[in-house]
Amino acid sequence: MSKKLLKWNEDRTLFPEKNSEGKIDVDYDSHKFMKIWHGPQHPGITGNMSLELTLLGDEVMDCETHVGYLHRGFEKLMERRKYIQCFPIVCRVAVPEPDFNEYCFASAMEELAGIEVPEAAEWLRTLVLEMSRLQSFLAWIGGQAGSLGQGIIGQWTIYLRDLILDRFEELTGGRIYHMYMLPGGVRGLLPDGFRERMTQNLDDIDKFMKDVKKVMFDNYVFKKRTVGMGVIDPAWINPFGITGPNARAAGVAKDVRKDNPYLKYPELDFEPVVGKDSDIYTRADVRRRDLLMTVDLIRQIMAKIPDKGDIRAKTPNVLHWKVPAGETYSRAECTRGEYGYYMVSDGTEYPRRINVRGPSYTHAVALLEKMIVNANIADVAGLMVSLHTYPPEIER
Amino acid sequence: MTKLNDILSPFTAWKHVVREPVTIKDPLNREAADRYRGFHKNDISECIGCGTCESICQNAAIDLVPVDGVETKDGDSGLRPRVDYGRCCWCGLCVDVCTTNSLSLSNEYTWVDEDPDNFRFVPGAENKSWDNREKGYKKPGNGYELYSPVRESMEELEPEQRDQSFIEIVQGYSKEQAEKEADRCVECGICVATCPAHMGIPEYIKAIRNDDLNEGLRVLYDTNPLPEICGRICTHKCETVCSVGHHGDPLSIRWLKRYIADQNPAEEYKKILNTETLQPTGKKVAIIGSGPSGLSAAHYLALMGYQCTIYEKLPAAGGMMRFGIPEYRLPYDQLDKDINYILSLGVEIKYNMTIGKDITLEELNKQYDAVFSGTGLHMGRSTRVPGTDHPEVYQAVDLLRDIVLGNEVPVKEKIVVIGGGNVAMDITRSLARLQKQKFGKVDMLTTSLESEDIMPADREEVIEAREENAVIDPGWGPVEIETEGDKVKGLHVVKCLSVFDENRRFAPKFDEEQKKFFPADMVVESIGQGMDLSYLSEEFKEQLKMDPRGRILVNDDFQTSVDWLFAGGDMIQGPDVIHGIANGHKAAMGIDKYLSDK
Repeated sequence: MSKKLLKWNEDRTLFPEKNSEGKIDVDYDSHKFMKIWHGPQHPGITGNMSLELTLLGDEVMDCETHVGYLHRGFEKLMERRKYIQCFPIVCRVAVPEPDFNEYCFASAMEELAGIEVPEAAEWLRTLVLEMSRLQSFLAWIGGQAGSLGQGIIGQWTIYLRDLILDRFEELTGGRIYHMYMLPGGVRGLLPDGFRERMTQNLDDIDKFMKDVKKVMFDNYVFKKRTVGMGVIDPAWINPFGITGPNARAAGVAKDVRKDNPYLKYPELDFEPVVGKDSDIYTRADVRRRDLLMTVDLIRQIMAKIPDKGDIRAKTPNVLHWKVPAGETYSRAECTRGEYGYYMVSDGTEYPRRINVRGPSYTHAVALLEKMIVNANIADVAGLMVSLHTYPPEIER
Repeated sequence: MTKLNDILSPFTAWKHVVREPVTIKDPLNREAADRYRGFHKNDISECIGCGTCESICQNAAIDLVPVDGVETKDGDSGLRPRVDYGRCCWCGLCVDVCTTNSLSLSNEYTWVDEDPDNFRFVPGAENKSWDNREKGYKKPGNGYELYSPVRESMEELEPEQRDQSFIEIVQGYSKEQAEKEADRCVECGICVATCPAHMGIPEYIKAIRNDDLNEGLRVLYDTNPLPEICGRICTHKCETVCSVGHHGDPLSIRWLKRYIADQNPAEEYKKILNTETLQPTGKKVAIIGSGPSGLSAAHYLALMGYQCTIYEKLPAAGGMMRFGIPEYRLPYDQLDKDINYILSLGVEIKYNMTIGKDITLEELNKQYDAVFSGTGLHMGRSTRVPGTDHPEVYQAVDLLRDIVLGNEVPVKEKIVVIGGGNVAMDITRSLARLQKQKFGKVDMLTTSLESEDIMPADREEVIEAREENAVIDPGWGPVEIETEGDKVKGLHVVKCLSVFDENRRFAPKFDEEQKKFFPADMVVESIGQGMDLSYLSEEFKEQLKMDPRGRILVNDDFQTSVDWLFAGGDMIQGPDVIHGIANGHKAAMGIDKYLSDK
C-alpha cells in the first residue's frame, strides 16, 4: 500500500519483530497474529465468497481467497444440454449482469453456424447490453459507498436500478433473468411507449448522479479513505489479465467495444473512459463516468433503434440444431471488463465444451490476494468492492 | 489538500429528506408488464399433447399426463402438459416451441398456497385465477420461429411438360432439400399413432438428418415393405395430423420416405436389411392377390421363414397399385423395385391364376398350411341413374386397368367424369393426357356430389388436374345420362346441397330447381368400388361370417371365421395402400401365431 491510514502504535513490544530483511514472519504460536474469516456472509463480500485474513492488530498480513460456495457446474451442465437448452441457464452464470452471458453464448453459436442476425435484433441486443451495464453500475456504486459507510447512496441507486429493471421487464418479460437474446436473434421489439419511459428514467438517473457526485465523490471522508488506496500497478495489467475499468483507471484504454467492435457499437459515438491514478477513488470515478457514458449511449441507441423488422434469423430447428464443428471465442465489454465465451463444437447437437471467461476470476482471486496485504481491516471491504467482482462468474 | 467544497458538498443529501418516497405501497398487487413471463396458461382444446414443450424444457419441469375429459384420438395424444413450479425457470421456451400456440404465460406472478404439491399443476385443466388474463408472454411474431413452418418445395414438371405423357410429375428431393425438410420435424410422434402401419416416422426422418439412409431404410422396412410406393402415393394421414401443420405446413413425410427409398440402390437392399439368409420353417402359405396387403403379408411371412406363393389373376404384380394408379404418379420401375425385393426373399408369384377357376380355395387349403386373401375392390360401382347401361358409359377402374394392360381405350373429344375421389382424379388426368395425344386439346369435366371443401380427393390432385386443363365442377348430383342411339349426349345434374346427414350418414339433399347439363360424348363413373367374392363357392360363403354390409368379418389377427383363412386389404379396411400394408403385416403375425400353435 502506498499510504497508511492509521498511525503505528509507537510501542513495538506488542508487535512481532521484523526479520533481517525488514519483514515480519507469521508465527501463530506467538499469539500475536489472528486469523479471521471475512465472508461469506459479510456484506462487503459481493456474493458468496470469503477471505481468510491473517491479521496483525488491524493490519492484514496475509490473505487467502476462498471460492466455491455457489459452484453450480454450468460448464459441465451445458455439455449435457442441447444448445437451445443452454440458453435458459447461461444467464445464471453472472446473476447481477446476465445479459452478457446470453449475448456471448448466442454470438459464439451464430459465428460457428454462420448465422447473420437481423438489423433490428442487433440494435435491441446493443440496447439490452447497455441497459445491463447501467443497472450493474448502479448496483455497484451503492456497494462501493456502502462498504465505506455511506448507506444513502445505495438507497438512491438501487431505486434507479429498479427503474431500469422495470424497463427490462417491459422489454424482455423478466426483471433479473431476462432470457431475451437467444441464438439467432431476440424475443421481442420495443413495446409501445418504451422510448418515452426510458428517456424519463435516463433523465432521473442523470439528475441523481449529480447528487451522487456531490455526496460521494466530492466528499472529504470518501476521498480520505480512497485516494491513494489500493493502487493497481499498470505493469500488473497483462500478467494478471486485468480488464475493464480496473485497467482503464490505470491509464490503459482497454475496451472491447472499441478494440474489437461488435453489434452496433461502430455506429455509436463514444470514447473509453480512462483514469490515471489507479487507486480506489480513480476506479470509482472511472465507473461513475462510464455509467454516464452508458446513459449517453442508450440515448444514442434509442434514437437509432428501428421499431419494426425481423427479430430472429432463420435457423435450423432448435430441437436438434447441430452446430458445425469448430471453436470460437466471443467477447463483450461488461461493467467488470472483458466477458467471453469459448465454445467448442464437435458437430453434434450438444456443445463439446464451453468455457466462460468471467472478468471477476482474474480480479477477485490472485489480484485481490496481492493487493490486500498490508491493508487495514476496515478497508478490506472497500478495496474488494472497488475491483467490482461477482463471485458467480468465478464459479461456472 | 482539503477543499472546503468536499466538506460542504455531502450535505446535498439532506434535500432528499423531503422527497416523495419511491417505494410501491402495495407490492403484492402490482401488475407486471404486458410481456411478463408469469404462470402458465394452456388452451386445452387447442393443445394436442405433442410434447414439444416437454422435450425442450431443460429443467424437466414439464410432464405430459392424462387429463379427464381429453380423449386420445388421431392427431391428439390425449395427454396435456403438467408444469412443476419447483423446477420451472419461466424461460418460456415451451411457449416458443408450442406447435399449436395453445401454451402461453400470463403476467400473474404471485401465488400463495399451503400445500407444496399444488405447485405441480396442469394449466388449463385446473382452474386458476389467471386463466382469463389477456396479458402475458406469447410466442413473438416478427420472424421469430424456433423451427421452420415452411415446407421445402418439391420440384415438379410444369403442366405443359406433363400433360401429354405419363412421365412422373414429382421429381423427388435432393439431399440438401431432404435434410432441410427433415430438420423441421419436432419428433413428437403424433404421426406414428395415426399411421395405419405405425411407421417409425420420427426415426427415419432423424436418419435423414444424420445422413444415415441405410438406417432409414431399416426403419422403413420394420413396418412397411413398399416404401417406394408409399413414398409416392400414400394417402399420408401422418401429414394430416402433423403437429407442425397446425401453424405452418405439415412435414412432407411422404416425400422424405421416398427420398430414403430412392437413395438406397435395390441391389444393396438385402445387405442393408440383413436378409441375405433366412431360416426356413418348412411351412407354406398361399396368398391370393399381389396387392399391397398380399405383398406385405408375403414379405413378413418370408422374413419369418414361411414359403409363400402368391396367386395373381392379372399378368403383373401390384394389384391396384399397378392397375389403378397412373404411371405419372407411380412409375412401374419403382413399383418393380419394391416387388422384386420381396420376390428376392423367396416369394413366388403365379400369374394369370384365377381362384375358383384355375384352382379352388379348398385345393389351396389342402396344399398350404394357411391362406391369406387380399383381393381388394376391383368392381366399379354405378350411379344407376338412367342411361348408365349405355355402352359409352364406362367404369374408371376398368379404363385404368386397360391403360396399363395396353388394351385399346376409348377416348372421345368431350368426356365427363362422375366422382370426387382420387380414382376420379386419376381417370380424369389419364384421359386428359390421352385426349391431348389424340386431339391436341383437353376437354374433360369432372363433377362430384361433394362440394369442393369436402371432396375426398387429395387437394394437390385437384390442383394438378386443373393445371392440366381439366375442369372440376363439384357439388352436383347426377340425374340422367342423356343418350341418342349409340351416342351419349351428356349428363343432367342438379345442385347437391349436402351429402351427409347430422349423423354423418350418406343422405344427399338436392335442390331440384338448380339444374345443369354437361354435354359429353362419353361418361365415366368413378364413385367407388365394390369387392368381387365370386371366387368363393356358395358352401364356403355360408361358413364365413360376414357383417351386415357384406364384408368378411375378421379378428384382430385378420383371421376369418374359417381358421386357416386370413383376409386383409381394401376388402377389409381401407381403401388405401397403407391400410393394406398394415393389414398384411398384422395378418402375417397372426398366421405365424396360428401356425406356431397348430
